[in-house]
Amino acid sequence: MDPIFYTLQDFMTHTESVTYLLVIATLIGMTVFWWFLTGKDKD
Amino acid sequence: MSISRRKFLGWVGAAGLSTTIGKPAAAATNQEFAGYPDSFAILHDTTLCVGCRSCEAACNKVNDLPQPDQPFTDLSVLETPRRTTTKAFTVVNKHDSLKKPGHPVFYKKQCNHCLEPACASACFVRAFSKTKTGAVVYDASVCVGCRYCMIACPFEIPTYEYDQALTPRIRKCTMCHPRVIEGQLPGCVEACPMEALSFGKREDMIKIARERFRKYPDRYVDHIYGEHEMGGTSWLYVSGTPFKELGMREDLGTTPAPELTAGALSSVPIIVGLWPVLLAGIYAVSKRKEKIAQTEQEQAAASALDADRSEPSQPEEES
Amino acid sequence: MAQVTTGERKSIFSLFNFIALIVLGVGVYLTYLRFTGGLASVTNLSDYNPWGIWISFDLLCGVALAAGGYVTSSAVYLFGMKQYHSAVRPAILTGFLGYALVFLAINYDVGRPWRLPYPLVVQQGTTSVLFEVGLCVATYLTVLFIEFSPAAMEWLGLKRARNIPIYFFVTSIVAGLSMVIFESTLSHRFFAYKMDETHLKEASGVTLGFGKAASYVLAGYFAIKVLGISAENHWHYLKTGYGTWYLVELLGFVALPSLLYAFGVRTKSLTLIKFTSVLAILGVILNRFNISLVAFNWQLPAGERYFPHWMEIGISVFIVMIGLLLYRFIATRMPILYEHPDYKDAH
Ligand code: SF4
Ligand code: SF4
Ligand code: SF4
Repeated sequence: MDPIFYTLQDFMTHTESVTYLLVIATLIGMTVFWWFLTGKDKD
Repeated sequence: MSISRRKFLGWVGAAGLSTTIGKPAAAATNQEFAGYPDSFAILHDTTLCVGCRSCEAACNKVNDLPQPDQPFTDLSVLETPRRTTTKAFTVVNKHDSLKKPGHPVFYKKQCNHCLEPACASACFVRAFSKTKTGAVVYDASVCVGCRYCMIACPFEIPTYEYDQALTPRIRKCTMCHPRVIEGQLPGCVEACPMEALSFGKREDMIKIARERFRKYPDRYVDHIYGEHEMGGTSWLYVSGTPFKELGMREDLGTTPAPELTAGALSSVPIIVGLWPVLLAGIYAVSKRKEKIAQTEQEQAAASALDADRSEPSQPEEES
Repeated sequence: MAQVTTGERKSIFSLFNFIALIVLGVGVYLTYLRFTGGLASVTNLSDYNPWGIWISFDLLCGVALAAGGYVTSSAVYLFGMKQYHSAVRPAILTGFLGYALVFLAINYDVGRPWRLPYPLVVQQGTTSVLFEVGLCVATYLTVLFIEFSPAAMEWLGLKRARNIPIYFFVTSIVAGLSMVIFESTLSHRFFAYKMDETHLKEASGVTLGFGKAASYVLAGYFAIKVLGISAENHWHYLKTGYGTWYLVELLGFVALPSLLYAFGVRTKSLTLIKFTSVLAILGVILNRFNISLVAFNWQLPAGERYFPHWMEIGISVFIVMIGLLLYRFIATRMPILYEHPDYKDAH
């Protein structure tokens, strides 16, 4: 599935949508990773 | 330079409106976006326009707009500059020519159907879309009514139904998209008695304009307004007077609108990626400092106790 | 002695209550007008001026509240300035209420407010800067709510919920930054008509509120502004009407507060610093309204220029009043300005 974009507008809508999804994934991922990283330090 | 109906229908077929769209092999990967192939455009030749307002009347009719206060035959409205409204998707304005006083120039104003529409890039629900016919169409069924598109449009075209309490819409010229997909000409183009408006493939319209420049060099300013403005538009203009004198903005540049906001948007991933790291770092450092301070304090207290002091030195902060 | 004080308090409060009642009454009527007659019946907005004071007001509050909230909590949670701990809850409450009210105001402004979730759930206009701002503000509001919920839960006698200050901090920074980005994108459009507006960062600088820092930041801001005029060779704009406004803003509300802060810091005069912060905040407000009332209209014929209708201002006042009343209600009942006795040492 290779989308064809005729306008920059459509192309950016696509790339930005993917970016936003990744941003959300990153935020969740970083949080989980932080917990994983510091979880053992708790006293 | 109008076109025959048959030829027009042929173009409609060529643009693949009713069938699936053709797939040029190279289009998918390169980062140049030339717009939909074979999309349409309208060429407005202001040197042919006589300001009869037939296009306004036709637009009013094909879009079922309410009757105006003054009839379309009343040409006195041309004396004051007007803009597009919810009741008029197009207006013709009269401008005095500096070159030839007494010979006013008329300029028809409506949505320019940008190749990369600012309104579409601004809308946060994607209510606007550039169609393959060339028209920029609006979908009222998702519009929130935030009016950011009006702020974004460099030509100040979209209008808003301020008097509607619960169902306000954005209104603007549709380039007669519903008519065009049925194989009809846009209302205004069909109505123009002077052939000041021509409809056809965008490349052909540009060719026609250049041809006119070549044939009548004295008659025109050598510039097609809309060929590159804001990344290009599907409504093109040629004129004998500088476009600035017609009240058209010449400061817009050729950068398409989506590119203008790309900078602001691309900072988002960086912020999202870096801030947590930075903050967690500071947080960890200050936590660590606190811990060290606490241990030192405990040690100090312990040694103080060892030295038989009854009062531990604890600089307790108020909270 | 104590009785006199409470007596005085009571009379002030009942005067306040009286005004509040009038404002609420008018506000409810204006709300009715807005949702039966449309925006045309309460605002002076037009096709030339799609946005008016409501938006400037929202952006203003947005930046100020985001900045106030995150500076306080960063001081406490990140840099370990525990002595400000008592300020965190009021700051978070103010941030939350403020943002909630900005959201309420937006419901008046947009045409079909029930569609506000559409950009998230129906169709995402990801190329829009407004989409980005909306996303940040929504996240921020959610986190503020979670952040604030412990106080509400303690009030209800429930167990203390886990505090997650770090998210609050991150989102508030992003929300603040995105507001700045948004504003600069907006003013981008008006570059040709007015002077350099790229450096809209003063909002966070001003609200820092810490005399020394604010003084220095203002001085830097002043320098940026002057250098900006020079870099784009806009000196001649200073002679125009907008230029005069600009000078008033620059000298009266940037240079002057900077100097006053400096004097205040050197002479350790708290009164002077407090007075100056009011001046500086007035400067920010002036700047926002300057942008929306003067700069946005710069190119328009005089007849088309926008000035807010009294009813527009009325609705803004109404919304601020709701905020004040809610704050009073919450602050007098929930453990905001004091620590709940049962949970005192849980931090
Ligand atoms: S002229 Fe304005 S409304 Fe029309 S497509 Fe371009 S940006 Fe959109
Ligand atoms: S008013 Fe409607 S079409 Fe325009 S930007 Fe807002 S949601 Fe999109
Ligand atoms: S293309 Fe259609 S909607 Fe646009 S101005 Fe012409 S008649 Fe009106």
